[in-house]
Amino acid sequence: MNTRYALIRGQRPSSSAQAALQRKPRWHEMAIQGFLFFCGALSILTTAGIVLILGRESWLFFRSPEVSLREFLGTTKWQPSIGQFGIWPLVNATMMTTFFALLVALPLGLCTAIYLSEYASERVRSSLKPVLELLAGIPTVVYGYFALTFVTPLLRGILGRDVVEIYNTASAGIVIGILILPLITSMAEDALNAVPRSLREASYALGATRLETAATIVLPAATSGVAAAIILAISRAVGETMIVAIAAGAGPAFTFNPFKAAETMTGHIVRISGGDLSYDSMDYNSLFAIGLVLFLITFALNIVSRWFVQRFREVYE
Amino acid sequence: MNTLSAPSAPTVRYLPEGDSFRSHMAARHKKGTLWLTIFQAATLVSILALTALLYNIINQSFGWVAVRNQVEPEALAIEGTPLEELSKEQLITILEAYISKGVMRRLESEKPFSVRSREDVYQLVEERVINPEILRSWPLADSLLRRSAIHQEVVETFPGARLQFRAWINPQFLRAPQSANPAKAGVRTAMLGSLWIVGLTILVAFPVGVGAAIYLEEYAADNPLNRLIQTNINNLAGVPSIIYGMLGLAIFVRGLEPVTSGAIFGLSDPTTANGRTVISASLTLALLILPLIIINAQEAIRAVPRSLREASYAVGATHWQTIWHHVLPSALPGILTGTIFAMSRAMGETAPLVVVGASTFIAHDPTGPFSKFTSLPIQIYQWTARPQDLFRNLAAAAIIVLLVLLLAFNAVAIILRNRYRSKRREG
Amino acid sequence: MTAIHVLTATARLAPVQALAAARCESDCALEARQLSVYYGAFRAVKDVSLKIQRQKITALIGPSGCGKSTFLRALNRMNDLIPGSRTEGEVIFEGCNIYAPGVDPVEVRRRIGMVFQKPNPFPKSVYDNIAWAARINGFRGNMDDLVEQSLRQAALWDEVKDKLRQSALALSGGQQQRLCIARAIAIRPEIILMDEPASALDPIATLKIEDLMHELVKNYTIIIVTHNMQQAARVSDYTAFLMMDEDRAGYLVEYGPTDEVFTNPKDRRTEEYITGRFG
Ligand SMILES: Nc1ncnc2c1ncn2[C@@H]1O[C@H](COP(=O)(O)OP(=O)(O)OP(=O)(O)O)[C@@H](O)[C@H]1O
Ligand SMILES: [Mg+2]
Repeated sequence: MNTRYALIRGQRPSSSAQAALQRKPRWHEMAIQGFLFFCGALSILTTAGIVLILGRESWLFFRSPEVSLREFLGTTKWQPSIGQFGIWPLVNATMMTTFFALLVALPLGLCTAIYLSEYASERVRSSLKPVLELLAGIPTVVYGYFALTFVTPLLRGILGRDVVEIYNTASAGIVIGILILPLITSMAEDALNAVPRSLREASYALGATRLETAATIVLPAATSGVAAAIILAISRAVGETMIVAIAAGAGPAFTFNPFKAAETMTGHIVRISGGDLSYDSMDYNSLFAIGLVLFLITFALNIVSRWFVQRFREVYE
Repeated sequence: MNTLSAPSAPTVRYLPEGDSFRSHMAARHKKGTLWLTIFQAATLVSILALTALLYNIINQSFGWVAVRNQVEPEALAIEGTPLEELSKEQLITILEAYISKGVMRRLESEKPFSVRSREDVYQLVEERVINPEILRSWPLADSLLRRSAIHQEVVETFPGARLQFRAWINPQFLRAPQSANPAKAGVRTAMLGSLWIVGLTILVAFPVGVGAAIYLEEYAADNPLNRLIQTNINNLAGVPSIIYGMLGLAIFVRGLEPVTSGAIFGLSDPTTANGRTVISASLTLALLILPLIIINAQEAIRAVPRSLREASYAVGATHWQTIWHHVLPSALPGILTGTIFAMSRAMGETAPLVVVGASTFIAHDPTGPFSKFTSLPIQIYQWTARPQDLFRNLAAAAIIVLLVLLLAFNAVAIILRNRYRSKRREG
Repeated sequence: MTAIHVLTATARLAPVQALAAARCESDCALEARQLSVYYGAFRAVKDVSLKIQRQKITALIGPSGCGKSTFLRALNRMNDLIPGSRTEGEVIFEGCNIYAPGVDPVEVRRRIGMVFQKPNPFPKSVYDNIAWAARINGFRGNMDDLVEQSLRQAALWDEVKDKLRQSALALSGGQQQRLCIARAIAIRPEIILMDEPASALDPIATLKIEDLMHELVKNYTIIIVTHNMQQAARVSDYTAFLMMDEDRAGYLVEYGPTDEVFTNPKDRRTEEYITGRFG
């Protein structure tokens, strides 16, 4: 304060000016900084909370004499009422829905992305991209409704009512595919778009057609970006809850028939926790064990996806 | 240049020339066209799939319904005056004639008939005397295309029923609380619940999220701790929402039960004593959208030009003054857009709320952070899960309400951003 | 040098197609007739008419932004790829207008190759950069031989023969540019267009590219855009000078043998430009 005053008045800095220029602690700025740091650190607490809670309850679960890790990972029956805790029916159903989702979303998403980035005019692209982003914002419960009231009847109409059950993993998977379609398209298109123009020009100048340029120059150059999009989409599909809760079925079943009802990991957690649940029961703890598996799978997928993004950035940014 | 050998003549024919070139070219172009068709078809299918989604919702929220009245309105006409034109007193006599004394007394004690308006009484007659019941509904497409078949069907299977066109989304649907009767059920409770939850969520997540973004962009030195925080935030953005639900269940509902049930504030309502309250839901969703807000706000702050900061420092401002007076105002449009985007996400989340413990049935409005809660997506989920078709219609109507709300949010975000931008440009 | 065409921007081309075509057969590799290029409503190149001599190096010079690159790209229809761009006039190549309906731009580009200002190797190996170009064009010979031959012609073989399988992005800028030239000549175009091929390179690498051009011109027709007057004087046989008019549209001011343009320009503007930069 003193220095400023002195400077404004045009006085020569006196001997005390030296002291005035010295750094002084600004207490309220430090308080603010402390608060801001807390805000940032809260995210660490969140992760720690997730890991601790999932870990603790899972530990309680595995500690109980009724279950063992071996049974958990090695058997194919999940029936808490009779003390059977083999996670495979749930994992299997998750894999089935994810598989169907990719079956739909991969070809459609990649082809759409290539079309938008390599063929479509600027007008088409700039009108379709916001639509995609808007669609990505539709709540998943709406997609669940769509699965149950549109896709399932459609499947049953085509394949026959005795083949396709009302609740089935195929229709849930297909709709998850539609859900992640905007995500894949949008991210993959971004990756393709980030490939420098000069590469395309080089290719055209060598007498390549549009397809040859898109398929053998642009797509390979964008591989890691596209891979990141796909893996992130897989992670979304694995963690998707409401669609499977509504359309896939209520009750764990170990089946490879996509037209039969089966419950995924997420579906199971929602159904059980939506009912009356008493704390510290086996049911309660088992949910956290499933949650831990789910968390680990999606976490690993996200890490891999980020690694791909990093690699993509290194090449082009 | 001794490394150079003389280039061979360009006429060397090892590449296809002439006719062979032409046919080779034609084959390449054919392949190109084929794939172009595939790409276009894929784009079309993608668009179609997403259109089907919207079509399906519209299709389910309008259409014919078969209605049977307990008492036909024509039978209530007094001396040739149709029901609609009767006076309040005449309507009260009808009520007295059709419903029991006990119910009359209860209605009287709720609100004396003397102070009730005519419209109020008319509604009572409609609800209590005519008491329409919806027997079956048809989706919009059927209603338009198979009219005569539907008429036929109603005559055969629902004698005494009338066919009536119904928009499932209507003013009464918005006003009415939840009800077990599809004809009367509405989304008022759910809508208010959603607004409470989202409002509280933003109240918590906005300051914390922006604070974290400021910390990371403006203060954080490049050390392992801060890098960990950054990586961690990016990873949290990819954690499935249901995991957050489990976190909320364990921490807010169970661990902090005395706080979230309102007990330590002396608000021990026995129905909420288990901590499954609006505040638990909001805190859970706040953790869920925090990474989104942080990442968006960081981008907005990063976009503020360096020169602005330097100009501020150059006139002797402190770090925080620079941030508060220059960086944040410039970054605000971006931050707000990101926040509203995160808000939409919170608005549509279902799974974590189910896990945290949404109520399956509440018919009265939430009154504060310690009320039991439900929300629009929860309501949609519960109606969808019911096997009766009529509840599917209700779910479709509720989806329209949800989507319109979300659209409104986004519109507000865009308007806000534009207005703010032009103001700054003028200023 | 029998026919020296000094065409000015205002010169109108007489419709003596038959005669012109006959002469073209002998020594004219490419001819632009009244060529105009638009980006949307903006006209970047205005009515340029120019005959390029076979197996000679023609340099395009002119101030920045006058449309040299645009004109060059119009010669092998690279501008087709820019949304909103439009070309008027004709480019006659082997007696045929490359902008005529029914002409395949892919084929045009295969026969009129291009090297860009910034080296743009594909993110593939050195070998694959060349092999890919040949493969898509239906090459059925011995690929190893072709790669070696192309690299030798581009004076790059000795430097990269031990790292053919490494990524082309790991080469130096000058090496990358020569790789791009090798790639362009691997598909045996008749004409090579070069847009400031040495502008991103150091003097030594530039010299290598210039030597390379002198070798290549024995078999190819080369058109090069350059900002470097000394380079234009050193390498080219013919020089065309373009300028911008008031609307910033580029037009041809003077075109003739390099010696003449540089020592005895016919147009005052050419002289000003060359001495302004050259002295
Ligand atoms: N893709 C484009 N879209 C719109 N305008 C363009 C585009 N490319 C070039 N232009 C414009 O056309 C004019 C000529 O550009 P061009 O690149 O041909 O100039 P140039 O002579 O090659 O310049 P330089 O010597 O700097 O490379 C310029 O005014 C430029 O702004
Ligand atoms: Mg240029």
